Amino acid sequence: MSEKVLMKGNEALAEAAIMAGCRHYFGYPITPQTEIAAYMAKRMPKIGGVFLQAESEIAAINMVIGGASTGRRVMTSSSSPGISLKSEGLSYLAGCDLPALVVNVQRGGPGLGGIQPSQSDYFHATRGAGHGDFHMIVLAPSSVQEMVNLTFKGFDLAEKYRMTCMILSDGTMGQMMEPVTLDMGEIQKYDKSWALTGTKGERKPRIINSLFLQPDELEKFNFARYERYKKIEENESIYEEYRMEDAEVCIVAFGVASRVSKNAIDKAREQGIKVGMIRPVTLWPFPKKRFEEAADKVRAFVSVELSMGQMIEDIELATRCRRPVLLCNRTGGMIPTVENVLEKIAEADKIGGTR
Amino acid sequence: MVSNSLKYKRITVFAGHYGSGKTNIAINYALMLRKQEKHVAIADLDIVNPYFRTKDCSEMLAEQGIRLISSEFAGSNVDLPSLPADVYSVLDSRDTYAVLDVGGDDRGALALGRYIPSIISENNYDMFFVINKFRPLTKNVQLTLEVMREIEAAAGAGFNAIVNNSNLGAETTCEDVLSSLEYARAVSEASGLPIAFTAVREDICRKLNISNAVPVRLYVEQSWQKEEKDG
Repeated sequence: MSEKVLMKGNEALAEAAIMAGCRHYFGYPITPQTEIAAYMAKRMPKIGGVFLQAESEIAAINMVIGGASTGRRVMTSSSSPGISLKSEGLSYLAGCDLPALVVNVQRGGPGLGGIQPSQSDYFHATRGAGHGDFHMIVLAPSSVQEMVNLTFKGFDLAEKYRMTCMILSDGTMGQMMEPVTLDMGEIQKYDKSWALTGTKGERKPRIINSLFLQPDELEKFNFARYERYKKIEENESIYEEYRMEDAEVCIVAFGVASRVSKNAIDKAREQGIKVGMIRPVTLWPFPKKRFEEAADKVRAFVSVELSMGQMIEDIELATRCRRPVLLCNRTGGMIPTVENVLEKIAEADKIGGTR
Repeated sequence: MVSNSLKYKRITVFAGHYGSGKTNIAINYALMLRKQEKHVAIADLDIVNPYFRTKDCSEMLAEQGIRLISSEFAGSNVDLPSLPADVYSVLDSRDTYAVLDVGGDDRGALALGRYIPSIISENNYDMFFVINKFRPLTKNVQLTLEVMREIEAAAGAGFNAIVNNSNLGAETTCEDVLSSLEYARAVSEASGLPIAFTAVREDICRKLNISNAVPVRLYVEQSWQKEEKDG
């Protein structure tokens, strides 16, 4: 069955979560992600699930910790300022090795910022989601269909590696409407022998905890967790390429920026400029290997972002700064135009360098 | 280009499930009205949707001589569900044809409720229920009627016709449109409301022969979406 329906990004994501087996949603409204909560409020009671509007974002993420401890598929969603509030909980989820799906439909910042789209929580998602040594798997959808597919995948990866998976979306992806197919396939089953399901007096209690009084014990857990992260970096990075076969300039963009960039690439190609795009779908793990290879072939990179330049650092790190990386950016809720990107492509094309 | 069966009332209200295409239909309708009438206004009563608003088309509407009444905060960074005071001026000036674009679902229709007494007392209005069978929460007759009743209860008024706007956005095909006719008929029968018109994207409309079709264009979208389609 692959019937197409017309959905708003936020609703599509919510429906995908339900199809992925999520029956516990804890949230708090904030523009531009409110439709996720509204959709869950309408659907969950009809299918025996729980929709709970918490008293705050902090309460919601702590409910997620509780729900995740039982081994159920749980999620919360918010937009930038609300995600900041959840930061403490994200660290605790990591410390407890709990699977959860957290959605950030980004808006302009810092502070209260605005309600128009943004990608300026890249650093937060990939580096500093909370205190302590930890990562989240970060998935960046660039269409309503990907809001669906990556939500399904996000729950899967979260359980597979017992960690938080974040969908790093933006206001445009959340609000725009596109036709989607909701045919997701089967839900994978993973070991849940760690889950708190009640001993019924028949087994020893399990403990989920992030407090370690002995430093050597805490160190052991941190080392083990990073061994797991290494496996994820090796096996789970995803990217999409566009017209890279003979590209001499490489655009790097995700989410709405990649949609604009595709148009710009087609136009630049008409002008004879050999330009392509690598679109990271996983922002953590960042697809480093592909960028290492690309740096052998292209003369320059252009990072197109709705921020003051955050992903650009990952490109420079992955390529060890072997090629110049230009920044094409708008911020505060503004989206780069095709013309903005074309200008930077032309600038990058002028850069020589050995091949 | 208007099917001649359309008889304009002084006030036309478009309401429906959110994402059914109300804003775009309302803009197209206002443009058709303007071909016939001198004073046309379109009022954005959406207190739900933060993006893709009538205001995105303000320049085009101004060029066409259509007065836009919209919250000064629409499309800005202020997330304030406020209604423009000017709505009353349009409802009161009887020489102006007004198109009211109502926010989605019952929550959006609440905003319409405050204007309903004056609209009903003048009694020169159409209240159209916009439907799209490709929206999952209005995919069948039963669900569609549920949404309809919720909106009517919130607005404090009943619809008097249906607008079939079934589409899959840029991917809509002739088959999609044709397949929606039966659905619209079924909704019409179950609700007892006539179908005012079937809104069909103009390139598809040319290929089909649907008796009550009105060709429409997509106005509410971002510039990169337009370029995606053209490219």
